[in-house]
Amino acid sequence: MDVKMLPTRDGYGHGLLELGATNPDVLVLDADLAKSTRSDWFAAKYPDRFFDIGIAEQDMIGTAAGLSLGGKIPFATTYGVFVAGRAWDQIRTTVCYSNLNVKIAGAHGGISAGGDGATHQALEDIALMRVLPNMRVIVPCDAIEARKATVAAGNIQGPCFLRFAREATPVFTTEGDFFAIGKANVLRNGNDATIIAAGPIVYEALQAFDLLAAEGISVRVINMHTIKPLDEDAVLAAARETGAIVTAEEAQINGGLGGAVSEILARHQPTPVEMVGIADTFLECGTPEELAEKYGLTAKYLVNAVKKAIARK
Amino acid sequence: MGRGCAESMESMARLREICKDVRADIVRMTAAAGSGHPGGSLSAVEAMTVLYFNVMNHRPAEPEWPDRDRFFLSKGHACPVLYSVMARSGYFPVEELLTLRKCGTRLQGHPSCKTLPGIEVSSGSLGQGLSIANGFALSAKINRKDYRAYCLMGDGELQEGQIWEAIMTAAHYKLDNVCAIVDYNGLQIDGDVEKVMGLAPIQQKWESFNWNVIEADGHDLTALQAAYESAARTKGKPSVIIMKTIKGKGISFMENVAGWHGKAPNSEELRQALAEIYGKEN
Repeated sequence: MDVKMLPTRDGYGHGLLELGATNPDVLVLDADLAKSTRSDWFAAKYPDRFFDIGIAEQDMIGTAAGLSLGGKIPFATTYGVFVAGRAWDQIRTTVCYSNLNVKIAGAHGGISAGGDGATHQALEDIALMRVLPNMRVIVPCDAIEARKATVAAGNIQGPCFLRFAREATPVFTTEGDFFAIGKANVLRNGNDATIIAAGPIVYEALQAFDLLAAEGISVRVINMHTIKPLDEDAVLAAARETGAIVTAEEAQINGGLGGAVSEILARHQPTPVEMVGIADTFLECGTPEELAEKYGLTAKYLVNAVKKAIARK
Repeated sequence: MGRGCAESMESMARLREICKDVRADIVRMTAAAGSGHPGGSLSAVEAMTVLYFNVMNHRPAEPEWPDRDRFFLSKGHACPVLYSVMARSGYFPVEELLTLRKCGTRLQGHPSCKTLPGIEVSSGSLGQGLSIANGFALSAKINRKDYRAYCLMGDGELQEGQIWEAIMTAAHYKLDNVCAIVDYNGLQIDGDVEKVMGLAPIQQKWESFNWNVIEADGHDLTALQAAYESAARTKGKPSVIIMKTIKGKGISFMENVAGWHGKAPNSEELRQALAEIYGKEN
């Protein structure tokens, strides 16, 4: 299938430009990675509203917090692995505890920083951010959704963490598709199992849908772009109606989407769950395609996981 | 009257009396709580009293007044002194001070903006306040407002790396509406700052990071008033007031004793402390 490829970070760049044009209070901060994160697009157009803080992620979050106290809507931007890890205490104590209107963009999420190796692959960002009260965690599946998510984050009050990827991935949503933070999108319907996915791996879930359909297995596919607040109704309905769940994410399963879905199901609707994602390990360098294959993040692994989940019904 | 001077000012004689009450509040409230941080609160009594009564433009009856100067307590554990000057300047009743650290109180063991109007941002994890003050000061520049950001830090707190990131940022963006205050009492929990992790020469470090450095005796009200006014007059670079202080100042058995960093006085110690503060048996 011929599909347009764009990185979700481009969607972030476009989203910032859209916000910049409509809301003069939107500011962007970066920590010396403006070109990589696409925040340089905003910087070029709105130089007076862009602030490079240098290689100082903790100070960037604190500065963003102070800006928000002055009525601004700062987007603090850098690689997800650095902001979520190194500045976690600043995000916890200053931003989330005080419930400040700070937006945090974590670029190069998941395996998309492949060649840089384990130090640069943000795999724990979702777990680290999800555990914080008041925080919202959003993982767009493609560049179009990334733009919508960026704009939506700028238009709500309170802390948000947005995850973007470096590599170009299929653009399969449309401008007209509904997007609301906290509201899952059901992309395919089916009865035998449900794949709940977040991020560019949603596209693999759609491929898995086709592969499974060819074998006579019908699955529901849910794009769970918002991991917090999780759309619990969508999860519980899927469990109730299809009886088996597979989660899919480019992140540590522990504490990630797999963890989030399991917590809800364990409490309200015990259901067989299989989890596709990073299984409690650090990765290595390699192209994103190589890593996806080696660490089990492609459609064929999803197909196997679905079959396993169904067998456990 | 320009920025750096409150709209109405108290005489130095009156401030001296307020300082006694603030010291008494600190020992009373920590004694009532059975825990808390008197040492680093007592060292900052004069700086905080001058700031809240004679320097900051703020309206205690209207804590959300948009044009107020902002104060950020980076060393959040020193909140007893902050709560006291807030109560004494009219943010809330003085009697409420005795609820410090009690379950359900607005006066959390480290300041929370969720519970108490007038606290700008929650703090307690060290090293974060100056970055926040910078961000706020930057927003003031963007908004073309002349309100100022004040940030009180401990000297031991300067061991946090984020502080030095923020020191660079304030100078880089020429945030002359930032006034940092370093409570240079020379002690931290584990002992002498210079023995735990040396910081000297503090003044030269800030200077070399392109700050306007003002040194002051942190227990001299007149000197502090002049320091704040000098900071407000300084344009093109941020100012830091490095004030030499005595940890536990004003209570003989607490002065220069690191052990009083985070320990509350018992009832006998409280009685003695109050007697010393007011110069007679209380």
